[in-house]
Amino acid sequence: MEPRRAPRTVIDPKVRQVGFFAPGAPPERAVSGPPAPIASSSSSSPPVSDLSPSLSPVMIPPPRHSSADNALLPSSSSSRPVPASPLRQDSLTPASGRRYSKPSEFFPAMSLTASSSYAGRMVGNAEFSDDLRGNMVTVVPAASSFPSGGFDLTAVKASSVPASGLTTVSVVKMMPPGITVYDPETIVEKVGGSVEVQNDRPESSKPLKEKTSKAERRALQEAQRAAKAAAKAEGSKVPASSGAVMGANAKPTKATKSHSQKNDSATVAGSEKRGGDRLSEKDRKKDAPHPRMQYDDKIRVEKAKRRAVVKQTEARNRVELFRHLPQYEHGTQLPDLESKFFQLDPVHPAVYKVGLQYLSGSISGGNARCIAMLEAFREAIKDYSTPSEKTLSRDLTAKINSYVSFLIECRPLSISMGNAIRFLKSRIAKVPLTLSESEAKALLQSDIEHFINEKIILADNVIVNHAVTKIKDGDVLLTYGSSSAVEMILLHAHELGKQFRVVVVDSRPKLEGKLLLRRLVGKGLSCTYTNINAISYIMREVTQVFLGASSVLSNGTVYSRVGTACVAMVAHEFRVPVLVCCEAYKFHERVLLDSICSNELGDPDVISEVPGRDDINYLDGLTNSENLQLLNLIYDATPSDYVSMIVTDYGMVPPTSVPVIVREYRREHVWV
Amino acid sequence: MWRRSASFILDQRYQHDAASTSKPETLSLSPPQTESSHMAASVEPFNQNPNPKISAYYQTRAAHTGVVTPDWLAQAQAAVGRQTEDLPLPEPDLKESDSGKSFSVIQEFDNWRKQPDLAEAVAAIRALAAVIRASEATTMMELEIELKKASDSLKSWDTTSISLTAGCDLFMRYVTRTSALEYEDFNSARSRLIERAEKFGEISYKARRIIAMLSQDFIFDGCTILVHGFSRVVLEVLKTAAQNKKLFRVLCTEGRPDRTGLRLSNELAKLDVPVKLLIDSAAAYSMDEVDMVFVGADGVVESGGIINMMGTYQIALVAHSMNKPVYVAAESYKFARLYPLDQKDMAPALRPIDFGVPIPSKVEVETSARDYTPPQYLTLLFTDLGVLTPSVVSDELIQLYL
Repeated sequence: MEPRRAPRTVIDPKVRQVGFFAPGAPPERAVSGPPAPIASSSSSSPPVSDLSPSLSPVMIPPPRHSSADNALLPSSSSSRPVPASPLRQDSLTPASGRRYSKPSEFFPAMSLTASSSYAGRMVGNAEFSDDLRGNMVTVVPAASSFPSGGFDLTAVKASSVPASGLTTVSVVKMMPPGITVYDPETIVEKVGGSVEVQNDRPESSKPLKEKTSKAERRALQEAQRAAKAAAKAEGSKVPASSGAVMGANAKPTKATKSHSQKNDSATVAGSEKRGGDRLSEKDRKKDAPHPRMQYDDKIRVEKAKRRAVVKQTEARNRVELFRHLPQYEHGTQLPDLESKFFQLDPVHPAVYKVGLQYLSGSISGGNARCIAMLEAFREAIKDYSTPSEKTLSRDLTAKINSYVSFLIECRPLSISMGNAIRFLKSRIAKVPLTLSESEAKALLQSDIEHFINEKIILADNVIVNHAVTKIKDGDVLLTYGSSSAVEMILLHAHELGKQFRVVVVDSRPKLEGKLLLRRLVGKGLSCTYTNINAISYIMREVTQVFLGASSVLSNGTVYSRVGTACVAMVAHEFRVPVLVCCEAYKFHERVLLDSICSNELGDPDVISEVPGRDDINYLDGLTNSENLQLLNLIYDATPSDYVSMIVTDYGMVPPTSVPVIVREYRREHVWV
Repeated sequence: MWRRSASFILDQRYQHDAASTSKPETLSLSPPQTESSHMAASVEPFNQNPNPKISAYYQTRAAHTGVVTPDWLAQAQAAVGRQTEDLPLPEPDLKESDSGKSFSVIQEFDNWRKQPDLAEAVAAIRALAAVIRASEATTMMELEIELKKASDSLKSWDTTSISLTAGCDLFMRYVTRTSALEYEDFNSARSRLIERAEKFGEISYKARRIIAMLSQDFIFDGCTILVHGFSRVVLEVLKTAAQNKKLFRVLCTEGRPDRTGLRLSNELAKLDVPVKLLIDSAAAYSMDEVDMVFVGADGVVESGGIINMMGTYQIALVAHSMNKPVYVAAESYKFARLYPLDQKDMAPALRPIDFGVPIPSKVEVETSARDYTPPQYLTLLFTDLGVLTPSVVSDELIQLYL
């Protein structure tokens, strides 16, 4: 079984997003059954698109009642297995198939990678449950009778994943570490193979012609690339087993392809350290612009550096897993920037100032950063005048874009800032053409003020009022780090005369909790201060945990200061409710599964040395050693399982309701 | 002698209707109860909850769904007989109160509440409709303010009843949010509100029917269903299943202290459904022969969990650990914007418990009437909005109230 498993070394360098990769590691999420050898790629591919969703998370037996059926259909049809009765099957499968094909159109990469594991599960399920047997059979006709719409699209998209405009941020970002994007075709083959175990091979049908031509073109491309790669990759070892498997799996007609893949995998494995893509510039152009720059992509980084205002020197030794994130030597660029102040005309002084403050760390905290940025933009808009022969909306958007990229150079944007920028841009785009320039500017400025007032300041007040109702006399509340919302809640509860105790948990290197502690003690609250090392001890006496968040994502994941996940996990283990306080403007429709794909790296020096403690600074002089990699993460992702409640300006909601709020209020959010 | 109708509690409180058949039994009551019934004996102070420490909601429930005794049946018969006459009755009543200025929502609510077949929320909405009828307001704004006051006083009168609160909120929502009302003249808007309130009882009944239909797909031949407490919806579900000639068995918990399970088993026996009675503590013992658990709910909260009669949580826990599905049948007007974090994070709903023997005063008695079952232990909720997973509840609530 093991050796026949399709090798995961086959990676399309074009779509490699995550900058870490373990060549020898066994596939974690690969197909559970052995993939059967495949005769023609076209016939094996169709099931992919509609396989994955047909397994419902909640196994609801098919309704027999007509009235019940009607009531159910709109809400839960997508999560229902196809009924087993043959009569129903015919009527339902085409419709459901079409519906299912939709998500995969929009998230080609996701559906492809996910489907391999789904298919594996499907096989397992079918062996046990009688109910599913009908279901399994239906998959085949549904897939093969596909007119070419659903799957074709996905196949095309998948083969050039980042190129399609539809590939959203979330898709690229959320790739779990185990599955760096495979060569789509391999996956197709694998899934097809596992389906084969259950079903007869679906008869190849109309899409076939289209398909082969695509595949051929692809094979050609691969071959060319392989030729180039082969020339470059001298001396890199070819993993023998993977090559053999590929040979076994590949069909005679595509010998070139298998060869290319073999080479490809070898070079990828070999050249991983170099991090370079061997794609032609033209190929690269086709790629959609990355939502966030991948900093292990040397060429891009070079390009970005040429444009950059801020000269950031990069830290030398970066942790393997986090190479895709920018990491700079801190403190080197401030004087340089200051000296350049008068040479830089494109950046408005207010924005410049905020950028420097980000850089030096004097403004930190999600709300503070966002407000500072918006205020700076407001200043910039106030001083803005449209150049002749340009329209305000276009030119101002370009201006804002340049400011934003300046700010990103200073410090990566937080998700809340991204939302605020999106809001501002949509407002700019919506400025009526009939307005004069001064009116438009006044309008935009007041919009910004509204945003700050309603989405941040008033939202905080509402959150405080909600959260205070959960604080009872005699409570012991634990908080981690320093969150402005939590601080307001605690102070307000104290003002209301509630009798409670606060445990402030803190961690190196920022020790933000001390500031919070100072303010709380100053107001007369009784506090306990401890480091995160003692969390499992102190949790015993805690009755509620209040946490702040940098962002809450669509799957309920809380993206927050590093250490939050640990606190939430321990609290969950002790059955202590965890309340996350977060304004709704920080919600984002993206999905995050781990803290690797999207994160920020801080200055590694601050964790390696303790200021003023020469006796324990053992790492002095070692920080530039090749063998030492220091990791100072800024954020982490808390899975929604550990969160009992999210307190937001729309009330207290469970983490599962975040997408509801995003869906219901995004429109309002954008238009206000 | 300890076997007796729980409904006498109400008999004591509202002496004006029922025949005081069970008076002597007051003797064995726990002390706070005697006090409360004594206090309540005076009919006058309706505007204040006679004893805020004891949940009026659970007393009504006990009265309506408690153990069946001959005298209780007689009362129920009387109540049902009265119901038909009652429907047109409020009108003259109101005329009086109109003139006499002594009209009280709470009194009105109380009157409605006594009907065993009427859900609490429906009673609340009928009471609010009566407020509209009695109101002398001439503008929509005045009426709204009046209604707001009435619903606030209703809510504060019994803070323990979730469906009362939810019913009031729902109706207020309709009043404030119905855009159709804004463009009409006051009188037609008013009559529209009243009409809506009248219809609500029907809606509530229809909701029960819908739920019963939806749940039929989940009851399969030969299954064993564990039911806890008496719930009109669950009874409707089982009744419909029996009518559909499904073959199933029901295990009924006893449902101490109201022993509402006895009542349910009684009803089911009438339908020729095989029923087995369990004492409440036998839930885990008999769980392995159970295929699914069916419970009603006093309230469905924002997390997707439910607040229900004491004992639901432990049954859900046992069922969860044995991988049995737990289904909840609840009308959507029981959805409430509450979010308890744990068992103690709710307004306490207390209820006297009769142990049959005198309890020493040093011994403390847990008198809470309900518990909170977190969403992770529930499989599905059957509501008139469809079959929902617990996480959809919050979705619906957000759409309804925000």
